[in-house]
Order: sequence, then C-alpha cells, then structure tokens
Amino acid sequence: MGQLFVEEKKVVVPGDVLAIGMDYLPAGGAFRDKDKVIASQVGVASVNERLIRVIPLAGNYVPQRGDVVVGKVSDMTYSSWFVDIGYAYEAVLSIKEATSDFVERGAELTDYFMIGDYMVAKLVNVTKSKAMDLSLRGPGLRKIQGGKIISVTPAKVPRIVGKGGSMINMIKDATGCNVIAGQNGRIWISGKDPDMERKATEALMLINDKAHTRGLTERVRAFLGLKGEENGVQ
Amino acid sequence: MAYNKRNDGRKFEEMRPMEAKVGVVKNAAGSAMFRMGKTIAYAAVYGPRELHPKFMQDPKRGKLRCNYNMMAFSGSGDRVRPGPSRRSKEISLVTEKALYPVLDLEEFPKTVVDVFIELLQTDAGTRCAGICAASMALADAGFKMKDLVCAVSAGVVGKTTVVDLDYSEEAWEEGSTDIPIAVMPRTGEVTLLQLDGEVSKEELQKAIAMAKEACKQIYEVQKEALRAKYQEE
Repeated sequence: MGQLFVEEKKVVVPGDVLAIGMDYLPAGGAFRDKDKVIASQVGVASVNERLIRVIPLAGNYVPQRGDVVVGKVSDMTYSSWFVDIGYAYEAVLSIKEATSDFVERGAELTDYFMIGDYMVAKLVNVTKSKAMDLSLRGPGLRKIQGGKIISVTPAKVPRIVGKGGSMINMIKDATGCNVIAGQNGRIWISGKDPDMERKATEALMLINDKAHTRGLTERVRAFLGLKGEENGVQ
Repeated sequence: MAYNKRNDGRKFEEMRPMEAKVGVVKNAAGSAMFRMGKTIAYAAVYGPRELHPKFMQDPKRGKLRCNYNMMAFSGSGDRVRPGPSRRSKEISLVTEKALYPVLDLEEFPKTVVDVFIELLQTDAGTRCAGICAASMALADAGFKMKDLVCAVSAGVVGKTTVVDLDYSEEAWEEGSTDIPIAVMPRTGEVTLLQLDGEVSKEELQKAIAMAKEACKQIYEVQKEALRAKYQEE
C-alpha cells in the first residue's frame, strides 16, 4: 500500500514527493518517477482518492482548442486579422469566421475590426506548433466596446469563474457590471457606474492574489458587502 | 603552508549563510533572490515570448536563454572587470545547460524564455548563486519542472577539500581548485561540473560528494522560499 505525503490544499513546489506507491496516479501538475509521484509546478495539492493533482498557482497561458479568450487586434491582412491573445504568437481571425455578412471582394476590413479593437473569441483550432485560429461564431462571441480590461494570472481563471460560474455571477450581481473572463487571463468589465467597475476590479484582483487561501468565497462575499448565504459554506 | 583552518572560521563542509526570496521583481513572470554569504544574485524570468532570428526557433519546444551579468559595482575591484565579457558569455551558456534538463517547455513551441541573472555583490560562487536563483525564478513563473536545481562550488585549497569557497579561498596564494557543481537534488543527477585548477581523483570524488551533500541544504532553503510566497498571513 502506498504512502501519501501531502494534505489537500497544501502548497507544493517542483520536486516535492507527493506520494510513494504505484496505487497513486499523477494527474495535471504532477508526474511519476518510478514509484514516486512528484509535483512539477508551484501549486496546491489536490487528492481525489488515488488521483493526485497540483492546481497551479502561477503559469503562462497555454492556448487550447475551445478556449474563449479576450483578444486585441494587432495587425491585419487582405482577408484576416492577427489577434494578440496573450501567447508569444498571435492567433488568426479570418473574415469568414468574423461575420455572417456577405463580404464583397475588396471590402474594407476595418469596417469590422480596426487595429486595437478588442473581442471575445473562441479558439477553434490550435495546432501542435501553436498556430491558432479564432472564431466569432457562437453565443456571446463578439467585438467588445467600452468598459475596461484587466489581466490576471491565467492559472487563476477557474477560481475567478468558480464552480458553475458561481464566483463570477456573485461579482456580476453585486456590482451590476458585465464581466467576461477569458481563459487567457484577460477580463473585460463593463458597467454604467465607474465606482462599481472599480469594485468589481478589486474583487477580481482579490481572488487573483488570494486564490490559494481557504474561505475565498466568503472573503469575496464580505468584500462585496454581501451577507452570508443560506446555502452555506463551500 | 597547509590550509588547516578556514579564513572565516567555517567548518570544511560548512556553507556560508544563505538567504532566499521569490517574487522580488514584480514586473517579471517570475523572480528570485539568492544570497550566499556576500554573494547576492537576482534572477528574473520573462516569457515565453517570440524568438528572433527565426532560424533559432524550435518547432517542437521552447528555448531557454540565460543572461549572466555582474553589476558594475559588484566586485571588490581587484578581480574580473564586470560587464559583458567572454567570461559572462560562457557562464550564461553553462547556466542554460544546467537548467534546461529540469525544464519542460514543450507547451511553448517556437518561443524563448528569458532568464536574466544579475549579481549585485560578488564574493566567489557567482554562477552557483545565479543558478540557484534562476531555478527558483523559473518555478515561481509557474513552469513545469522535474526538480529544482541547486548549485554550490567545492574545491581544494592547499591540500584541503572544502565546500563553498569564498573569494579569499579561491584566490589563495599557494593555489586552489574551484569546482562549481549543479545537481538535481532529488535524483542526485549532475547538470553542471566545471573545474579550474589541479585536482587528484580522490580529491575530486570527495569534493563532488561534499557539494552534493551541501546542495541538499540549499534545496530546503529554495523550497521554503517558494512556499513562503503563498503562506497565509
């Protein structure tokens, strides 16, 4: 029978031995070296029966097919745009994927997107060497105007969204702002009241800084000035 | 004259006092400071980012690019001149090679990860302090790593084998041998081994064994510093 060395939610660093024994299995952020399960990233340990996982606390955005991202147009060609999505190289949005309109030959592309415009788009294809195609076809995907964009650690986006969107919905409801979190760590915040936009920003940054701590939901709720909910603790 | 007692009164297998901290450069993706006695190294990681010229890109994985630099005011004035030189270029290269085996950059093809190592103050053992700081900075940036890398110099001063030489020992009149060693402490694999001077087979074996033992202590200091960043206040 194997031996477990970590508790749930403990901070681990690369090289930490998480468990010994073949009955434990490494998942994301961990790997196996002979009979040991070792952490490969800075993060918090998560043990699910035999499965040991490290939820990263830092890290760069790794584009994946299906990700919804917030991007900025950085350059354009005759039939497509190059979009900065926070990776080393740009993603391509072709005119075909950008609009359902019929676009005539020689039409002015800047009618749709200018350099510097922001969008919420989906990565429809990512090759092994990270050539990326974007699409605006789908619910909620569009050009974004107004509001502001902040950057957080991409690894913390799942915490910001919360289980089934619980955290982000709480912020939306409390501030009355529209908040869209891209998987690439860029978050668009738009509200009528600038004070509320600021409050939403601060709440998001609080999650970004304290994602590894216990009782995060309660903390954010207190920050937003909400009372404890009847459905209890998480 | 035999070297029976160390200049600063340390035991032969004793290292200088260490100190480590991560997250010291807020603008960087990851950063760390590592101090070994009077030698202070800072490392900052940027990227992965675009790599130019294009022919240097590897379509299968990201590249690691290190830059070692002694700050203009860092030395005691009587050793190498700080700034870009043949020496700093060589150390940049061996640092890259010492760190690359632990790093997994397959998620970032065609990119480069830049590591800048700056020596604020130097008193021998700079490349080792730089490697220690850089491996912490890479971990702090959230890169996937097989292990951290720890480095320390061992050597022979007179006829005595010692670990973690300071400048007075490295420059000992009757000759001394300096052997910087970097290891992955969990497995004990060596990623850097250089040698400057003369050494017998027995002395070398002893020096490597002593350095590996010392690296275990460095490992704990590094891990503690990485965890400290996320300690609940």
